Amino acid sequence: MTRMDDESGGAGSAVTVRGLAKHYGGTRALDGVDLDVREGTVMGVLGPNGAGKTTLVRILSTLLAPDAGRATVAGYDVVRQPRQLRRVIGLTGQYASVDEKLPGWENLYMIGRLLDLSRRDARARADELLERFSLTEAARRPASTYSGGMRRRLDLAASMIGRPAVLYLDEPTTGLDPRTRNEVWDEVKAMVGDGVTVLLTTQYMEEAERLASELTVIDRGRVVAGGRIEELKARVGGRALRVRPADPAELRPLAAMLDELGITGLATAAVDPVDGSLAVPVLSDEQLTAVVGAVTARGITIASITTELPSLDEVFLSLTGHRASAPQDARPAGTREEVAV
Amino acid sequence: MSATVTSPDHRSDPRITLRAHLRHTGALVRRNLLWIRQDPESMFDVLLMPVVFTLLFVYVFGGSIGQALGGGQHRYVQYVIPGMLAMMSMTLSQGVGTGFSQDFNSGVMDRFRSLPIGRGSVLVAKIAVELGRMLFATAVLMVVAVLVGFDIGNWPGLLATVGLSAVFASSVMWVFLTLGVVLKNAQSVQAMGFLVLFPLQFGSSIFAPPNSMPGWLRHFTDYNPLSTLANTARGLMTGGPVAHDLWMTLGWSAAITAVTAPVAIHKFRTKT
Repeated sequence: MTRMDDESGGAGSAVTVRGLAKHYGGTRALDGVDLDVREGTVMGVLGPNGAGKTTLVRILSTLLAPDAGRATVAGYDVVRQPRQLRRVIGLTGQYASVDEKLPGWENLYMIGRLLDLSRRDARARADELLERFSLTEAARRPASTYSGGMRRRLDLAASMIGRPAVLYLDEPTTGLDPRTRNEVWDEVKAMVGDGVTVLLTTQYMEEAERLASELTVIDRGRVVAGGRIEELKARVGGRALRVRPADPAELRPLAAMLDELGITGLATAAVDPVDGSLAVPVLSDEQLTAVVGAVTARGITIASITTELPSLDEVFLSLTGHRASAPQDARPAGTREEVAV
Repeated sequence: MSATVTSPDHRSDPRITLRAHLRHTGALVRRNLLWIRQDPESMFDVLLMPVVFTLLFVYVFGGSIGQALGGGQHRYVQYVIPGMLAMMSMTLSQGVGTGFSQDFNSGVMDRFRSLPIGRGSVLVAKIAVELGRMLFATAVLMVVAVLVGFDIGNWPGLLATVGLSAVFASSVMWVFLTLGVVLKNAQSVQAMGFLVLFPLQFGSSIFAPPNSMPGWLRHFTDYNPLSTLANTARGLMTGGPVAHDLWMTLGWSAAITAVTAPVAIHKFRTKT
């Protein structure tokens, strides 16, 4: 990464973090993190559970004081100017931080008043945001009756009341089903369209790829890699092709055939007998074409061919040389896009 | 709060004006009132407690303690009702701590703390709502009191008593707010509260005159703020000397607030 000015992070930097550290007893939650988020962009912070993502967000939203290092958000120092800083940020946490006993409208109105809007403006802003996040019909119901996705949308709406310059999304889709996750992603994209700078923490490569333009990978409180998503993906090794023959008996012969073909730079295919499929890591479109060609030329019936994004585990393995430190949940790696056979 | 302002770390941060403080507190009070509307059962305690306690004490102990006081049940009603008022100001203060630790276990407190509001506003709003609940309980108590034969001889005295109870209660609420911030869950707050409240309530002049108690206990009851509050209430409502007990009660309130309010705010500010 090139920086215009190493001290301030440059003119267009909305969030600047230098040498940020936070220890809990002997545990180093953050161990000298540097980070720059350019104005109007989405920075993804990718890391496993316990990597320090939430600690970073809590420091940047003044909920936690750092032990060492500096951080500024929209020019305000997290330690010296917490009140001014709080005025320009929005926070959507891992757990929906809305008052569940209160109706959606009341939640938004309350936050408007706490942000010093007049009664009339707070009312108008609550109506407007409920409309925008498709919650108008549920406006008068307590948030406890909302679905997971509605609650998360209300949470996003609450974060937007003060028209923040910088929005923190701390694992915004953890625990949501795939459909709801897509809804949240669409909302986030719309907000970015409005010019908000976003710092997004996530455990999912797919989420980072969908929303972020740049990525910082952190592990055990340290930045292990950073840069534009495309650069990182190239380093990680792109995608995997998953082939599922109709007859599982074909799995091993198919793998052996791909090995013998000798496609340049192609890694060994991995057989998954439980799933009845075969995963072939592909680094380029040429490799992908060659593999699909070889498989179809064999003339066996194929139930499906899909491409997969690398999972967080794979990203870690290739960027750090070791597996992500904390156990991952059982969600399968990335989405599967159908490939025309 | 002055520590924050004089600290060089906050020099460049503007102060929150009093008007803004009031606006923030108002918004948070509204939130707590909406909770009550959502969940009317949460008012059961303030509705039932004065009824149950008054009936129990007047009809179970009223005859015998009244005799000891040189009268009958009516004599005891005149004695115990001002004491009840004192007791409620303490018992109901507990609620402020339990609701608070529930708040902390949800993410909403993070939201509040990431907003540009004075952190004391959240605490002050809690106290304001809890005082409102207490006034409601007081009204219920007075209705029951009149039904069991209490003579409100002195209306200004009654109002003064209510005011003094509110002052004392808000000082006790700071104690429970501190517990609410420090302790992990609502159950711990309740258990701790019970351990503190029970000896204070019964080791006082609330339910029975302390003159038959052993000497060591009388020392305790003499200085117990619940005794001084109950004695002041009696003096104000049914006549008698008040000055000494009134000053004691005000002194206790001031001392409790001076010690616990800064602790509560500090713990709240730094809680992660």
